[in-house]
Amino acid sequence: MSTVFIAFQTNEETRPIIEAIVEDNPHARVNEAPAMVKIDADGRLIVKRSSIEERLGREFDLQELHINLISLSGNIEEDEDQFVLVWKN
Amino acid sequence: MAVAAIREYSFAPLDLEEKFHGNRLLYVGWDDHLMFCAPLAFPLPPTMPFRDLVEKVLPPAYSYHPDFARIDWAAVQWFKSGQPWQPQWDESLEQNGLRHKDVIRFRTPGLTGLQGSCS
Amino acid sequence: MDMQVAKKKLGLKEKYQVMTRDLDWTPTYQKMEDIYPYVHYEGIKIHDWDRWEDPFRLTMDAYWKYQAEKEKKLYAIIDAYAQNNGHLNVTDARYINTVKLFLTGVSPLEYMAHRGFAHVGRAFPGLGPRVACLMQSLDEMRHLQTQVHAISNYNKYYNGFHDFRQWYDRVWYLSVPKSFFDDAITAGPFEFMVAIGFSFEYVLTNLLFVPFVSGAAYNGDMGTMAYGFSAQSDEARHMTLGLEVIKFILEQDPDNLPIVQRWIDKWTWRGYRVLTLVAMMMDYMLPKRTMSWKEAWEIYFEENGGALFRDLSRYGIRMPKCAETIALEKDHLSHQAWCTFYNYTAATAFHTWIPTEDEMQWLSAKYPESFDKYYRPRWDFWREQAAKGNRFYNTTLPMLCQTCQVPMLFTEPGDPTKICYRETDYEGMKYHFCSDHCKEIFEHEPEKYVQAWLPVHQIYQGNCFPEGTDPTAEGFDPLKAVLQWYNIVHGRDNLDFEGSEDQRNFAAWRAQATRNV
Repeated sequence: MSTVFIAFQTNEETRPIIEAIVEDNPHARVNEAPAMVKIDADGRLIVKRSSIEERLGREFDLQELHINLISLSGNIEEDEDQFVLVWKN
Repeated sequence: MAVAAIREYSFAPLDLEEKFHGNRLLYVGWDDHLMFCAPLAFPLPPTMPFRDLVEKVLPPAYSYHPDFARIDWAAVQWFKSGQPWQPQWDESLEQNGLRHKDVIRFRTPGLTGLQGSCS
Repeated sequence: MDMQVAKKKLGLKEKYQVMTRDLDWTPTYQKMEDIYPYVHYEGIKIHDWDRWEDPFRLTMDAYWKYQAEKEKKLYAIIDAYAQNNGHLNVTDARYINTVKLFLTGVSPLEYMAHRGFAHVGRAFPGLGPRVACLMQSLDEMRHLQTQVHAISNYNKYYNGFHDFRQWYDRVWYLSVPKSFFDDAITAGPFEFMVAIGFSFEYVLTNLLFVPFVSGAAYNGDMGTMAYGFSAQSDEARHMTLGLEVIKFILEQDPDNLPIVQRWIDKWTWRGYRVLTLVAMMMDYMLPKRTMSWKEAWEIYFEENGGALFRDLSRYGIRMPKCAETIALEKDHLSHQAWCTFYNYTAATAFHTWIPTEDEMQWLSAKYPESFDKYYRPRWDFWREQAAKGNRFYNTTLPMLCQTCQVPMLFTEPGDPTKICYRETDYEGMKYHFCSDHCKEIFEHEPEKYVQAWLPVHQIYQGNCFPEGTDPTAEGFDPLKAVLQWYNIVHGRDNLDFEGSEDQRNFAAWRAQATRNV
């Protein structure tokens, strides 16, 4: 199966985001590199607004992801509540 | 095929022979000696005897390599555009059929670079 | 004063519709083909521009908001780094040469990308791609500016940073990235999008930015890390635009497939050849290595690109055909490239050096099939000679590939002991190439590539000396004249790192930073 990934800068803003992604994607693998965290997952990866908000204790707009995003791979399906990366094969 | 363009597309090449002030380009490669990372480019007069290429032009370019002094030039195999080729040493580059931007290579039997690594 | 008006908040899709698509209008007193004259001649057929889907649905107001936030973060870090003399915390002064390479070889491409996306954005009749291209154009300008700002701090202390703009137009090895981008920007709007938006941004950019930037962080360069990751945060959007463009074009008309496939084949190869610089940076120039070029290639191209092309196979797209050649080069590319710069560092605006014994062991472990067998003997010999004061400088200019403009340093696919020579005749003149792929690119559009400004040929034509130079004068030194024309100071900006002013200054300043002198 094809791997999708998303990579963020390592900092205090991304820590709760990464924690939320890891919890919502039990099949995901976390790779820590200097100053960055890359999360790989077979086929599909979901980022849920509610899980991030729970950790942050405030409202979160998924477009805030852009600020610390380094790279990603996969087709994107996005609405207000979730951001999904997926390969259709 | 031709370039897709919105109108006629035609421009002169940048490297015509007449732009080299009487010289023409000759590329030379020494097989199995990749310490010299790429073939070399020389602007040379077409009247230059082939002997001068070997005896005057190549030594400053290649003599840093310990193999260069050991070359038996009588045994060297020459190639032009990849095909075996026999230069006449006392004829000019022109008489030897070398045109602008031709590429020649030489192989030195028994010499295959530093510790035989083709370096 | 804040207006306290309760408004219904628009959803993401609704907001994108109102603030992007609804801004468009249909012209009434001008013809569409007069307003958009460049959308047909490449042969790409688009029937319905409204089918364009922008996956991020970013509107201009949100764009400004998030970009402003990125800039604030970035400048806070850059200022702190400069204020604290952060440059003295990098692993060792050799590292700084990677920043020189970045500023001279990559930053000018950001500016060209800014121009390119502004141009193609204007050329597309669809509003979705136009807005996405506008944002990317602005991003690219921001990248150039932040890179120049951040790196200007190094220019206060080190050599090789003082004239990047002129070097981009003149210096031999920078003709490789320059000609790559000039090729793209002189193509039509669709080819540019496939070239830069898809092949470069989506398929190859991870290999450029992630190792460079993660490598910078690993080597203590917070400034480069900051501008690199700030740029990279835009990159995810660019990649998505690139992928969207491909899907959109392919969904519009089946006749588009062969054209797009040919562009993907061409531009993956063109971009890969430019990345030769990155390969040697990763394996030779970073004092602390993050991963080898080969490992990065396997993760970001073979694994990730493999997934991408499997996904696109539903449109009939296949893996670029150069992938097989590249797989054969991955054990050799960085070694051959660094050897080349070691040969010709008398004419570079950065320093080169012989890897240390530790570093050679790392190379040997990462490249068990190739390093000891083919490359270590060179380094051992050069090291021996350098110790005797006989450092190797290749003083004869190399033969270049007509298409990629890289010296003909690449070996036959599958035989690392033989240089790969390819040639063709066109209108009575010979043209030479480093590979089947560069030859094929030339043969498809020879009228374009006969115009190539090949640095070696330009030097021999006498076009690279300061005005008023007489090359027939007694004792004329062509290298000296070329360096003057480049504005590279001989003995200061070029040559080996060992014995350089950078090396001496860094050692002296670092000593001052740790002792009371």
